[in-house]
Amino acid sequence: MEPIILHADLNSFYASVECLYDPSIRDKPVAVCGSPELRHGIVLAKNELAKKAGIKTGEVIWEAKIKAPNLLVVPPKYDRYLRIGNMAREIYGRYSQQVEPFGMDEAWIDISYPNRTLEEGYKIAWEIKEKIKFELGITASIGVSFNKIFAKLGSDMKKPDAVTLISRDNYKQKAWPLPVEELLYVGRATKRKLNRYNIHTIGELAQCDREFLQQKLGKWGPVLRAYALGQDFSRVENQGYQSVIKSIGNGTTPPEDLNTYEDVKITVLVLAESVARRLREQGLKGKTVQIYVRDCDLESFERQGQLLDYSNVSRDIAGKALEILKNNWLFQKPIRSFSLRVTNLVSQERHIQLSLFEEDNKKYKLVDLEKSIDQVRSRYGAYAVQRACLLETKHLGDISSDLEASMREVSFNVGEKR
Amino acid sequence: MTKDKRIKEYVNVTVKFTKEGIMHPLSIEWIDGKIYPVDKVIDIRNAASLKAGGCGIRYLCKIMGAQTYIFFEQDKWFVERKIPCVEDI
Repeated sequence: MEPIILHADLNSFYASVECLYDPSIRDKPVAVCGSPELRHGIVLAKNELAKKAGIKTGEVIWEAKIKAPNLLVVPPKYDRYLRIGNMAREIYGRYSQQVEPFGMDEAWIDISYPNRTLEEGYKIAWEIKEKIKFELGITASIGVSFNKIFAKLGSDMKKPDAVTLISRDNYKQKAWPLPVEELLYVGRATKRKLNRYNIHTIGELAQCDREFLQQKLGKWGPVLRAYALGQDFSRVENQGYQSVIKSIGNGTTPPEDLNTYEDVKITVLVLAESVARRLREQGLKGKTVQIYVRDCDLESFERQGQLLDYSNVSRDIAGKALEILKNNWLFQKPIRSFSLRVTNLVSQERHIQLSLFEEDNKKYKLVDLEKSIDQVRSRYGAYAVQRACLLETKHLGDISSDLEASMREVSFNVGEKR
Repeated sequence: MTKDKRIKEYVNVTVKFTKEGIMHPLSIEWIDGKIYPVDKVIDIRNAASLKAGGCGIRYLCKIMGAQTYIFFEQDKWFVERKIPCVEDI
């Protein structure tokens, strides 16, 4: 049975939804931007007209306004996007049991069926696209192919409101001339490396020597080459499937720069609590703590350290993060944003190494303590129990909001799936 | 040709829930308080309202002899209210 895989991408999703709800802004350039007061003032999404003006996602609002002075800036309404995203998923569900969401606005759909050809798959993709347009009032671009990587590539090739077919017969003409960074998993760093060896297109990557790539890129080298050759055999995972989590982290850009150790400490505590809570929710604990610091000049660095034992206790995580920070940061400049991540995860049911000394084992009581706090919070709200030092920290921004956290979880590092 | 301009107008609707869990709008209360009975529901489907801006379940109804759409969006009902254009006056 020939696999037939679709990748549906809702075009400029946030901006399209905004334009759907307000017909009066449809013929104007629109950008959905974070709040400038909270210093999240960057372009999250833009509509076609704004795209034509050269506005890019991630740009600061004032930069975008120079390019298009009549730009309409609207704040994001995540609940609305979530609802429309789920409605789109419901449409995919009519065609297949196997739908794998990739963020809020993208999904892979496996519509393989005995004796069904890719051409028929193309027709189905067209039907899905039309349904989305009719029922949701937004456009989608869909890639049809025999594997997930090419399906995703196809959905990016023609936008908006289009269907692109990449078959075994035409992938050399269609996919190979494209720049190598169009391939999923080829990011900025990999692109730079590949370009250094004069590999600029997907075709060049496909024709490259396997050993050479292994040598230069490590184990990802041959994998990427296989992707370029259309040899991706990963499955479209079922709707209910939870991807294997490799790391859990939270980050924040507080409304004001962090100047002192005390400021940072409070931020780290809030982040650690959120990370620890999410670790416990997933039944995980981790050993490696990573921090990411970006200063007021937008220069950044990342450092990591190991905990003595696997943990999902916020105190351990925060303590380690602060230790790493102290060893690597001299407060020469104020900090603009800070992220905290825990990796090297195992199940929390895993055995623990007890100490010979009774004193050391008291730390396991902390696990119970935090679990109790979770319960209290789930019953009486996030602010029912708080650390005393967090009581006067509203200026650092509320980062415990569940909805926003679930937005961030979209970008779980799922890594290689095969 | 006059352009058909519409805006989103939330309205009060009296609804009958059938045993099967299907909703049937019985009457609509217009903004001035006047109640218009729904004579017949012709079609029910998911659809977007590009004119008024929104999407949900679209009911094509016959009201006072004319066909009109009423939308059920999340937990509210709205109609695509006509607004007079310059050409109409």
